[in-house]
Amino acid sequence: MFKEYTKITNIIGDIIELSAEGVTYRELAAITNHNGDTSLAQVIRIDGTKVSLQVFAGAKGMSNRASVRFLGHPMRVPYSEDLLGRIFSGSGQPLDGKPAIANAEETDIGGPSVNPVKRVVPRNFIETRIPMIDLFNPLVESQKLPIFSTPGEPFNELLARIALQAKADIVILGGIGLKFDEYIGFRRKFEEGGIMDRTVMFVHTAADPVVERLLVPDMALAVAEQFGIAGKRVLVLLTDMTAFADALKEISVAMEQVPSNLGYPGSLYSDLASRYEKAVDFDGAGSITILAVTTMPGGDVTHPVPDNTGYITEGQYYLVNGVINPFGSLSRLKQLVIGKVTREDHGAVMNSMIRLYAKALESKKKISMGFEKTETDEKYLRYADLFEQRFMDLRVDIPLNDALDLGWKTMAECFDRSEIGVKKEVVDAHWPKGA
Amino acid sequence: MIDSSLTTGHVVGINGNMMAVEVDTGSVVQNEVAFVKLPDAKLKAEVIKVIGKKCYMQVFEDTTGMAVGMPVEFTGNMLSVELGPGLLGQIYDGLQNPLTLLDNKQEFFLQRGQYKAPIDREKKWDWKPVVAVGDRVRGGQWLGEVPEKFITHRVLTPLGMHGSAVVKKILPAGAYAITEAVAELEVNGKVVPVTMSQEWPVKKAIKAYKERIYPEELLITRQRIIDTLFPISRGGTSCIPGPFGAGKTVLQHLISKFSSVDLVIVVACGERAGEVVELIHEFPEMKDPKTGGSLMDRTIIICNTSSMPVAAREASVYTGITLGEYYRQMGLDVLVLADSTSRWAQAMREMSGRLEEIPGEEAFPAYLESRIAGLYERAGLVKLHDDAHGAVTLIGTVSPAGGNFEEPVTQATLKVVGAFLGLSRKRSDERKFPAIDPLDSYSLYIDQMADSLNKNLDREWTRMVHEAEALLGRGAEIGKMMTVVGEEGISIEDLVSYLKSEMLDFTYLQQNAFDDIDCAATIERQVVDFKLLYKALKTPFSFETKAEARKFFVNLQDNFYQKNYAAEDSPEYAKFVSKIEEIIVSGGGRLV
Repeated sequence: MFKEYTKITNIIGDIIELSAEGVTYRELAAITNHNGDTSLAQVIRIDGTKVSLQVFAGAKGMSNRASVRFLGHPMRVPYSEDLLGRIFSGSGQPLDGKPAIANAEETDIGGPSVNPVKRVVPRNFIETRIPMIDLFNPLVESQKLPIFSTPGEPFNELLARIALQAKADIVILGGIGLKFDEYIGFRRKFEEGGIMDRTVMFVHTAADPVVERLLVPDMALAVAEQFGIAGKRVLVLLTDMTAFADALKEISVAMEQVPSNLGYPGSLYSDLASRYEKAVDFDGAGSITILAVTTMPGGDVTHPVPDNTGYITEGQYYLVNGVINPFGSLSRLKQLVIGKVTREDHGAVMNSMIRLYAKALESKKKISMGFEKTETDEKYLRYADLFEQRFMDLRVDIPLNDALDLGWKTMAECFDRSEIGVKKEVVDAHWPKGA
Repeated sequence: MIDSSLTTGHVVGINGNMMAVEVDTGSVVQNEVAFVKLPDAKLKAEVIKVIGKKCYMQVFEDTTGMAVGMPVEFTGNMLSVELGPGLLGQIYDGLQNPLTLLDNKQEFFLQRGQYKAPIDREKKWDWKPVVAVGDRVRGGQWLGEVPEKFITHRVLTPLGMHGSAVVKKILPAGAYAITEAVAELEVNGKVVPVTMSQEWPVKKAIKAYKERIYPEELLITRQRIIDTLFPISRGGTSCIPGPFGAGKTVLQHLISKFSSVDLVIVVACGERAGEVVELIHEFPEMKDPKTGGSLMDRTIIICNTSSMPVAAREASVYTGITLGEYYRQMGLDVLVLADSTSRWAQAMREMSGRLEEIPGEEAFPAYLESRIAGLYERAGLVKLHDDAHGAVTLIGTVSPAGGNFEEPVTQATLKVVGAFLGLSRKRSDERKFPAIDPLDSYSLYIDQMADSLNKNLDREWTRMVHEAEALLGRGAEIGKMMTVVGEEGISIEDLVSYLKSEMLDFTYLQQNAFDDIDCAATIERQVVDFKLLYKALKTPFSFETKAEARKFFVNLQDNFYQKNYAAEDSPEYAKFVSKIEEIIVSGGGRLV
């Protein structure tokens, strides 16, 4: 019933152009190359009868006589309970050797945004047993948080550990430009941790075509949205969103768009936001929490990708030199749970411990420059050591309340109660006895 | 207005949210609104460029499924908002669609192509006329009034009316809906009916007033660092630039909650939906410090969050300022908060890119500066035809790329605002809130308002403030010096100055946004607290050793700090005050 076109006029990068009529914007097309290879493609621009499509499998080896058949609908993803435990490619093909999902409802990817009045204020604390997260920047259900890191840091290990310890109903992994080993690493950890039966994976490895990369977040989030509406608390892991942004750059340059910053399109902020904003706590249904990885090229946080991401997301975790840095890291939603869902002294412990650690680093710096060590400096140095060893070390695995008690203990071991800048009533209630 | 009711066209190209349309018949107007008809919905769009028979339009919705040949109907009207009683307490999208009304179905998502009337058509308002038959009126003058929430809503003559008109008929007091004609005016020999509502194109400023006035009154935000150090005037403009995570939005929320104004319009422009959700859920529960009613009753939220269509984001800021200007016409004091103007500028950039315009710096369009200036100039204090004063104060946040204030949006904004409240990454990392950098920030209003401040707050107010500012500068210098030469390298006097400036910063410039008492300080309290602190700062304490000085200030500072958490008239507060005075005396100070 759909007309077939066999005359491609231009091939630019992974974009093909042809003359066609009756085509709708964002429509999907099936392409069959002269050698029988098939791929899907999506309409990204229409100018009169000239139609531009991005080819998911890439245009390498594409013949200008390949056949193009328009399908009459945009990209969709199947949704059913059968997705659980399964692994798919960026364009939705099974990667686990099992058959495709049959008889499932299909849902459009990249759908409209949630009406803000249908969202509720996030209120549930997600305990990860990592004190640098739970104590200093707690994760809140429906939050969107990236891990800012650099290549070589254990960000995927951290992501997997949070997925295993965070107690979500459904875990959806969107792997974007993953190394093959990283993909298998996730799979193994999820299987060993016993969460594979409530996990769906969309995986694009670095060897796969670049256009498929663009689809991974949308596929993962469209499925997450369906589970969320069905009342599930969904945790979506996206790694690495910088690879996603680089794919956007490639396509926009091929489309001859005016670049704004370092070659990225001017719409980078909106493009990232429309994905991250899928994080939601539905009024009367489930929720979507997004944890992503954003690698900072050259460790530079002002690079357009981490920079735009930072403005969009509700905080960020800085993973540098194998530890979550307490200063740059931030959970913007923490005030919704600290002292409300968590213990009432949480806020005071968090603030004064960080402030003291900042001062401790100043002392360290001063001494390293050869200045005299004062009595005050001694206290701070001792505190810094304890802080790094008891809280910052990523191997520490304790629940929040234990971490809070340990916080009071640590402060009492190093300081007098008037030195910690905490409201008197709180100190009175929690200062360790005999200290 | 040109009658182009017959103008039609059809789609010839689509690129993202930009479509090219070929006009079949009739004329087109720049910035005119048109609808493109898809099988499932009619989508709103705005003309942004006309080339021969072709015009380029930005579509305010997702364009998926749009095809060449689809019919386009032009409306002949520029993008407008509806003005009238019933706006207060509403939550609109960037095009003034009421989000709560789009919510009647069991539908979580914003489906495209749904446009609802912004104001209730049925509701009856208690109308009272204030003019009589035969009176002469000008555009934007008061015809009558209706009570709306806690304000007196003035019903205005048409805002765009040229010259004057004669009242031919006016309805007596009674209950009427906004669609009913409450008056008839004779304009240039023609009699026109006037209802309680009217439309206004958002991109045009409302100028139906006598004159603009020099702003000299303080707008109280209850944030000490702003009100005392970098005050904003009623009818003034200010910008809050800052890198991500520096607390722009938390600060904006506090300002919207505690500012001493009649109403607040919050424009959430291209930011997170979560932030708006907090407002929607918090404001109805909170009390307006002025009227005692719910905070929501004095608020209008315009919400076009980052994942909503980008063209509507561009419109949202204009929608907000237009509503502000409308209420200013009633002699009210309006605060418009735009968060964030960078997203608004980026929306212009996206469209400019699709139009293939020659890009300026960082690919922003060349007209960026004039658009920003045009927006901020719409704020101001005015004298109305009815001799009342009304004000629109505009505070915009800026989200500079990389936190670098050298970028085009920040720079263009700095040229046109009166107060610059720059947030610093360093201060926010150190958990200092508000993270406004006292060394970088400035307010031109402190000198502009000097007479009124010295009259209303304290005779010596501006002098004391400038001295405090100087101390902060000195403290920072000494701090820098200490990193080079160490504490042992500076004199005890310098150390004392340094500790004083630290104390001023820690106990006065910073506030705990999440403490019920410390989150907001009334101006009366600020005056009392600042004067006590000033006394401590001016006392030339002398110490034998540096350790002694440090110990003294730890104690003094802790008392100032704890005092912030005590309610103004509580016995604890009085206790801290006398304790502080005692410490000052013990350090060799004299109390006057």
